[in-house]
Amino acid sequence: MRILVCISNVPDTTTKITFTPDNKNLNTAGVQFVINPYDEYALTRAIELKEAQGGTVTVINVGEADSDANIRKALAIGADEAIRVDAKPADALFVARQIAHYAQEGNYDLILMGKESVDYNGFQVHGMVAELLSLPAIVPAIKLDVNGTAATLEREIEGGKEIITVNLPLVASCQQPMAEPRIPNMRGIMTARTKPLKVVPPVNAESGTVYESYSLPEKKSGVKLIDPANAGELIRLLRNEAKVI
Amino acid sequence: MAVLVLIECAEGQVKKSALEVASYGAQVAQALSTIAVAVAIGDINPDALGTLGQQGIQKVYYSNQPEVKNFVPTAYAKVIAQAAETSGATVIILANSNIGTAVGARLAIRLNGSLATNVVSLPEISGNTFTVRRGVFSGKAFADVNLTAERKIIAIKKNTFEVLEQEGTAEIEPISLAFSEADLAGAPQETIRTTGKVLLTEAEVVVSGGRGMRGPENWHLIENLADALGAATACSKPVADVGWRPHHEHVGQTGTTISPNLYIAAGISGAIQHLAGVNSSKVIVVINKDPEAPFFKAADYGIIGDVADVLPKLTEAAKALNQ
Ligand SMILES: Cc1cc2nc3c(=O)[nH]c(=O)nc-3n(C[C@H](O)[C@H](O)[C@H](O)COP(=O)(O)OP(=O)(O)OC[C@H]3O[C@@H](n4cnc5c(N)ncnc54)[C@H](O)[C@@H]3O)c2cc1C
Repeated sequence: MRILVCISNVPDTTTKITFTPDNKNLNTAGVQFVINPYDEYALTRAIELKEAQGGTVTVINVGEADSDANIRKALAIGADEAIRVDAKPADALFVARQIAHYAQEGNYDLILMGKESVDYNGFQVHGMVAELLSLPAIVPAIKLDVNGTAATLEREIEGGKEIITVNLPLVASCQQPMAEPRIPNMRGIMTARTKPLKVVPPVNAESGTVYESYSLPEKKSGVKLIDPANAGELIRLLRNEAKVI
Repeated sequence: MAVLVLIECAEGQVKKSALEVASYGAQVAQALSTIAVAVAIGDINPDALGTLGQQGIQKVYYSNQPEVKNFVPTAYAKVIAQAAETSGATVIILANSNIGTAVGARLAIRLNGSLATNVVSLPEISGNTFTVRRGVFSGKAFADVNLTAERKIIAIKKNTFEVLEQEGTAEIEPISLAFSEADLAGAPQETIRTTGKVLLTEAEVVVSGGRGMRGPENWHLIENLADALGAATACSKPVADVGWRPHHEHVGQTGTTISPNLYIAAGISGAIQHLAGVNSSKVIVVINKDPEAPFFKAADYGIIGDVADVLPKLTEAAKALNQ
């Protein structure tokens, strides 16, 4: 089984987000970048499937050289090889076209990724890749098993879940409780150094959106404290002052 | 030219988020001096579709073919693309839901359009720029994005826009398409309902518990308050990780993102990853025994106290209001 896992390089979830003075770019000073947490679910599930059934796990990232540290981390966790498409990820459409191109070349049975990236929160790349390759996409998947040439997945829906059996190849976007992310061990870190990381050029692709500027949400004006002995007062405030109940 | 909106339904009824989508679409249509039409898919009460006129929708393209009774992304994309062709739609509005974003991505490729998800503003249209504001960095920031393609596809954040109420009835026009095997790949074999009550992502009020609830045996305190307020229930990540509550209730950066009118957090510390999923709630109430809990900084109202003491008092007061 050949599995492709798409990973993006995102600010650590504890990052305090700020922008450059012209509000046109993220201020990356002091920001630590990590593998997108949702992509880690996809990566771990891919490695579990490989361990149980055999095959290879390839990770792909669209990004510049500063992604390499996290790509190596994915290799240390257990991926076999990596592809980095050497380009600034302009937007979801651009990224999806790169992934679709290299996914087609690699002839994968499963293309997995997180349901969204915690930086741009687009929920777009999986659906676009699937559409570009005329594949089904199970979005968001919370369980994935492979039996021969078909997969059985659970898809989260509002107020429940669906059970879906579908033939490979397919695209799935992952979220908890798909798998418990792993921390690389010493042996993994050592072997990751010698695993192949192929840097490939981007294919020609347009983006559909232009990011003009960024802004921060307004600050809350401060908390109004209510005496716990008189907690019921809160309900009256929510009705009469905040008008939300 | 037209603006096309996707109407999502649940159990035969139009979802509240779909009324927001319709109202948003009608406002965009007005700004572009054109009409707003809708597409609805599945087994839906036709009267409910007609009343979309009240949200400014003139016509509803309706597909109730058995193949699309459940959501199948490719088949849905085909129906919506067909409605877009028939109506000459240049703008398509969806909800920022699992359904909206999944079909939005496919439509962006199929129709060569620009897609913006998680949108929180009406578009600013001038000359050939069409800019919307969208939430990025998990609720920590916004980005203004120009949609450059001729067709614009917008998925709007739930509970962010008003529902219009005006006079009017929408005309219903059936559409029927032939679906290939590939269109239907990924259709569910089985659907399992896990919650019978209020849907978390659609809820206007959410009551949520964290590790400070001390164990699943205390969850009736959360549920009783939620019942009294007609609210949905949620939880922090560690609560789902240890199995006190099911994973679909987990909100935050790696769980569900919600933006209710009111979010009540009991025994939750307010870690940055938790805040990321709830900080666009209109009003936040925090109940925590630790006055230094970081959540108080993001709260509108707070009670420093023990959940076991405070929650029953709130439930009682909420019940009294309803009488
Ligand atoms: C990559 C990553 C992603 C994450 N994603 C998420 C996410 O999506 N959602 C999420 O929630 N977390 C997420 N987390 C975890 C997050 O960092 C916190 O650990 C978590 O939110 C803490 O949950 P909690 O507030 O329930 O527990 P705690 O932090 O343990 O807080 C419990 C709180 O309860 C209070 N308390 C205790 N007893 C009582 C009592 N009797 N009465 C009143 N108050 C009491 C305490 O004072 C404390 O403030 C993520 C972490 C990482 C690293």
